[in-house]
Amino acid sequence: MPPDIAKPAESGHASIGDVVKIREQTIWQKIVASQPFWVTVALLVLVAFMTMLEPSFGTVDNAANVTRNFAPFGIMALGMTVVIITGGIDLSVGSIMGLVAIVAGLFLTWEYPWYVAFFMGLLAGLACGAVNGFFVAYVGMPSFVVTLGMLSIARSLAVVFSGNQMLYKFGPDAPIVKAIGQAKFPHQVPGDSIPDWIPQFSSHFWVMIVMALVVGYVFNFKAYGRHLMAIGGNENAARLTGVPVDWIKFQAYVFSAFTASIASLLLLGYNGSAINAMGQGYELRVIAATVIGGANLMGGAGTAFGAIVGSAFLEVIRNALLMAGIDSNWQGAFVGAFIILAVLLGMQSGGKSLIAATVERMFPKKHR
Amino acid sequence: MALLDIRNVSKSFGAIQAVNDISFAIERGEVVGLMGDNGAGKSTMVKLIAGNFPPSEGEIAVEGEVCHFHKPIEARAKGIEVVYQDLAIADNLTAAQNVFLGRELKKGPWPFRVLDKQAMIDRAAELFGELKSETRPRDLVRKMSGGQRQAVAIARTRLSKAHMVLMDEPTAAISVRQVAEVLELIRRLKAQGVAVILISHRMPDVFAVCDRIIVMRRGAKVADKTVAQTSPEEITGLITGAIRAA
Ligand SMILES: Nc1ncnc2c1ncn2[C@@H]1O[C@H](COP(=O)(O)OP(=O)(O)OP(=O)(O)O)[C@@H](O)[C@H]1O
Ligand SMILES: [Mg+2]
Repeated sequence: MPPDIAKPAESGHASIGDVVKIREQTIWQKIVASQPFWVTVALLVLVAFMTMLEPSFGTVDNAANVTRNFAPFGIMALGMTVVIITGGIDLSVGSIMGLVAIVAGLFLTWEYPWYVAFFMGLLAGLACGAVNGFFVAYVGMPSFVVTLGMLSIARSLAVVFSGNQMLYKFGPDAPIVKAIGQAKFPHQVPGDSIPDWIPQFSSHFWVMIVMALVVGYVFNFKAYGRHLMAIGGNENAARLTGVPVDWIKFQAYVFSAFTASIASLLLLGYNGSAINAMGQGYELRVIAATVIGGANLMGGAGTAFGAIVGSAFLEVIRNALLMAGIDSNWQGAFVGAFIILAVLLGMQSGGKSLIAATVERMFPKKHR
Repeated sequence: MALLDIRNVSKSFGAIQAVNDISFAIERGEVVGLMGDNGAGKSTMVKLIAGNFPPSEGEIAVEGEVCHFHKPIEARAKGIEVVYQDLAIADNLTAAQNVFLGRELKKGPWPFRVLDKQAMIDRAAELFGELKSETRPRDLVRKMSGGQRQAVAIARTRLSKAHMVLMDEPTAAISVRQVAEVLELIRRLKAQGVAVILISHRMPDVFAVCDRIIVMRRGAKVADKTVAQTSPEEITGLITGAIRAA
C-alpha cells in the first residue's frame, strides 16, 4: 500500500500551514553566508594585526585619517552599488568628480558664494548622470559603453574648463569651503570632557555614514529598494509587474553621479583647491570596493553596509602596504587582484556563494 | 456586452505574422481554452490582451470600451491578470516578494511609508495555502521547484479582484495534485464570474474546465467551438492541420 494512503487525509493540508512558517535560513545563517560579513571579519582581523605590528596604526589620529581617506570611496560605492544592483556599471564617477570640482572651483574663483558654486558643481555632476541614465535606460545602450564615453567626456570638459590650471584663489568664501571639507566631529580640544579615545571623525566620514543609513533604509524598507533588486534579478519580470524599470534605471545613474559630486565637493573643501585630475582612476577603486562588499556584477544583489565595508577594507590594505614600506606603485596591482578575488569569492556555485560552500565543507552540518 | 472583445487583431514581428486577423469575444465567467501547436501565436495573443504590446492592426475592447494598452499595468488596472509562460519572476527575490512585486503592501505615514513585510508574508502564505502548494513565502525563488515557481506566478493573480485571468500554460511543470488544484481554482474563478483564458497543451485539462475551445494555427483562428460540440480528436486534428477548419 502506498504510504500516503495510510496517512490521514487531512495531514497533507495541515502540513502546508506549518511549512509556510519555516524559514529557509535563520537570520544568523543568512548573515554568516553573506560576503559583507566575511569582509568585515577580514577587516577586523587586519586592523587587529596591524595594530599589533605597527603601533602608529592603532592610534586615534590614524583612525580619523583612515576613515576620512575611505569616506569618499564609501560615498561613491553607495551610488555604484545602486547601479550595479540594476545590472549596470558606472565607469564615469572619477571623471565626474574632476568636472564637479572644476565647475565649483570656477564659480568660487569668480567670487560667487560657496552655495552657488557647490550647486553649480552638483548640477554639472547630475547632468552627467542624467546623460548616462538617458542612454542606458531609455535608449537601451550598454552601461559599459555609455559611461566609458562619459569618463572621457567629463574629464575632457574638466580640462577645458580649467584651462589646465589648478584653481585655488577661491574668493571670499574660501574659508567656508575649507571648513566644510576639513570639519571634524567630535572636535577634541585639550581639557574637554570628550574621552580622548574617540577619534575626531571627519565631515567626509559623517556624510558617508548618513548616506549609508539612508541608502540602507531604502534598500531594506522601501518598495523602491525591492524594485531595484527585481530589475537586477529579472528586468523583464519587473517590467511586466508594473515596476517603472526605465525610470528607476535612469535614477540609478543620476544617484551614482550625485554621490561622485558629493565626494568631489568634500575633497575640494579638504584640499582647498581644484584640479582637473581629481578622481582619476577612482572608478576602479569604487567598483572594487563595491564588489568586495558583495554587490553582484550580474545585478540583483548588493548592500549599503557592503559598500562601506568594502571601501574600508581597500583603504586599510592600502594603509598596510604603505606602512610595510611597499612602493605605492604596487597599489594598482593589489586593487586589481582584490577585484578578481572578490568576484571569485562571490561567484555562485549551486546557489551558494563560494565562501558559504567552502565554510560548509569545512564545518559540515550534523543533521541534514 | 462582452467582457472582452477581440476585433480583427493582427500582430507581426518584422516579417513574422504571429497573430493574423483574429476575432473572438469572451463573456463574464466564461472559461476559454486556447490551443495550438508551438509557435501558433497563443502567447502573442495573451500578451496583446495583457498590454505587453499593442496590436499591429485591429482593436481590443474591454467591457465595450476600446483599449490601447501600452503597458501591462494598464491592462491590470482594467482587471486583467496574467500568468506568463515564462512566469515573470525574479530569482533573487523570495516567493512573497515576487507575489507582491509592483504592488507591495506598505504601512506608516509618508515619508516613512515602509514595506509591510509581515503582512505580505502572511497574505502570500494564505494564497499558497489556497493553491495547496507547499511554497514558503520567505524562500528565494532561485531555489524553488518548477511547481513552486508556478504557484508564485498564479498566487500573484489572486491579489486583486480580477475580471479576467489569462493563464499561459499554468500546468506545464506541476504535479498531478497541483494540476487538480489549478483546475479547481479555475472553476472557483468561473463561479465568481471571472473569465479565464487557459492555454495548455494538455487536452484532458482543457476539456475538464473549459466552456469553449479556440484553436490557432500559424497565427490564424481555425476553430471556436463549445466543448459539447467537439471532441479531443477533432481538436487534435485542428491543431496539427489534419482538419483544415471547423
Ligand atoms: N518578441 C518577438 N519577436 C519576434 N518574434 C516573436 C516574438 N514573440 C513571438 N514571436 C514569434 O511569433 C510566433 C508565435 O509565437 P508564440 O510565442 O505566440 O507561440 P505559442 O503559440 O505561444 O507557442 P508555444 O506553444 O511554444 O508557447 C513564433 O514564430 C515566434 O517566433
Ligand atoms: Mg506560448
